[in-house]
Amino acid sequence: MALEHAEVLRAAHLARLDLSDKDAAKYLDDIGQILDMVDQLQKLDTTDVAPLAHPMDATQRLRADEVTEKDQRDHYQQCAPQVENGLYLVPRVVE
Amino acid sequence: MHDKTITEIVGALDAGTISSRELTQDLLGRIDRLDGQLNSFITVTAEQALSAADQADQQRANGQAGPLTGVPLAIKDIFCTQGVKTSCGSKMLDNFVAPYDATVVSKLRAAGTVSLGKTNMDEFAMGSSNENSFYGPVKNPWDLTAVPGGSSGGSAAAVAAGLVPAALGTDTGGSIRQPAAFCGITGLKPTYGRVSRYGMIAYASSLDQGGPMARSAADCALLLNTIAGHDARDSTSIARGVPDYSEELDAPLAGLKIGLPREYFGDGLDADVETAIRDAIKVFESLGASVREVSLPHTSYAIPAYYVIAPAEASSNLSRYDGVRFGHRCDNPSDLIDLYKRSRAEGFGDEVKRRILIGTHTLSEGFFDAYYKKAQQVRRLIRQDFLGAFEEVDVLMGPATPTPAFDLGATKDPVSMYLQDIYTIAINLAGIPGISVPAGFSGKRPVGLQILGTHFSEARLLNVAHQFQQATDWHLRRPEIAEENA
Repeated sequence: MALEHAEVLRAAHLARLDLSDKDAAKYLDDIGQILDMVDQLQKLDTTDVAPLAHPMDATQRLRADEVTEKDQRDHYQQCAPQVENGLYLVPRVVE
Repeated sequence: MHDKTITEIVGALDAGTISSRELTQDLLGRIDRLDGQLNSFITVTAEQALSAADQADQQRANGQAGPLTGVPLAIKDIFCTQGVKTSCGSKMLDNFVAPYDATVVSKLRAAGTVSLGKTNMDEFAMGSSNENSFYGPVKNPWDLTAVPGGSSGGSAAAVAAGLVPAALGTDTGGSIRQPAAFCGITGLKPTYGRVSRYGMIAYASSLDQGGPMARSAADCALLLNTIAGHDARDSTSIARGVPDYSEELDAPLAGLKIGLPREYFGDGLDADVETAIRDAIKVFESLGASVREVSLPHTSYAIPAYYVIAPAEASSNLSRYDGVRFGHRCDNPSDLIDLYKRSRAEGFGDEVKRRILIGTHTLSEGFFDAYYKKAQQVRRLIRQDFLGAFEEVDVLMGPATPTPAFDLGATKDPVSMYLQDIYTIAINLAGIPGISVPAGFSGKRPVGLQILGTHFSEARLLNVAHQFQQATDWHLRRPEIAEENA
């Protein structure tokens, strides 16, 4: 499945990665080669083969929705770029 | 002491011929003198190390020493370490001081080990050569013009050069075994879920697994005894008892059934590597093992499947690096979208961006079934290949890598680089354990023998590797850089 320049830009937007047209052209070649290699998978008939998401074929273990750890907000926010009153500061998005 | 195994170091500490402080000072001095050439460490934590060494010496004096008390080691910079920069080899986390310890770090700390610092790695563990680190490439101690392998290349190089006796690594598609092979050390990727992933920065969550890298299988067993086990904080951790991995090391190999996957000995395998591996197999036959050929028919699909699954999981895991809560933030963003986009573009390197773009594309509308679902179906076929083989044989053996360590800068295009992991990657898709042990040389560059077993067969793999190391001396060889600067 050949990759188009616009699809690289679309993926970059979805991934929230700033990417110039020039950079997209650079990645287009590499990703095209990788997807050509990945296309080998299409040779295999996988009809009736169940997908395997967990290597032990296990389902996600769930736990009770209960608080199990004490609040450490101040401790964890020490590595934040900017905080104020226990909140993370980001640029204004609503004028 | 810099070339000793953990077992030998513990013996010296027990006998009082050296203290943990003296050993730590000696190794910190070696790092100071040698690491300028190797670049195997991102952060050296000398002050904390000496403090931990003093505590260990005190514990020993009080008769409270365990099997690893006072033993120096290093930790791949992918593991969160409280109060210490944890960069994952990325500019994105260059300013990140972890506020908590990964579970394996807590366990090693509780066991009295002394961490000398955080080792260099490919950015977010994406790479097979350690050329993708924000902190520059690591050099192979056996030949400074060669790569050490990736992504745990810093850990492998540090152990091989005698800067530490052991280190922690992680393996998503071969990142413990491949650098262990390239650097002539022993590296074990445990069964998926055997070692907690809590606090281990995620690359591809259904593939990542931490494990030990050391000078011998016996040392890997000692480390695995400490770091293995269920962790309620990791929902992928397996609730299953941990055996004593050192207990079975001396079991004889008579009657062992070894399978040689024919797909691991075909086109693309370097002649010197093949010779070394076939010679190693003869050693096992001399120890009483029988050898037969087996087939893993979907081997050639492992790399294509991996390069759908791993980037897909990576694109999700790395979405948390958005410039908001921690990590790199761009200057003067105009709005929130600009903050996200520029912080991520500035913080991530080329290989990480490439994999995020692949993962986002293959998961996007219209492509999911053709790529992700298909890859997960192939993953099941690959797993079935292994389980079928283990009905016939006890272990599989083959090369860890198709070639010895290649030259720095020699592999330019990503697909050629990805093919370096052709013998290691399927193991992660299947979740089985694998170990690489030194088994010879090609010129002055080491060759690694890979031994594979079924799920939770680590004790057997360590036994088989240990018996090989009792019969050979490849694991005792040291690079010139370690000897010349003793």
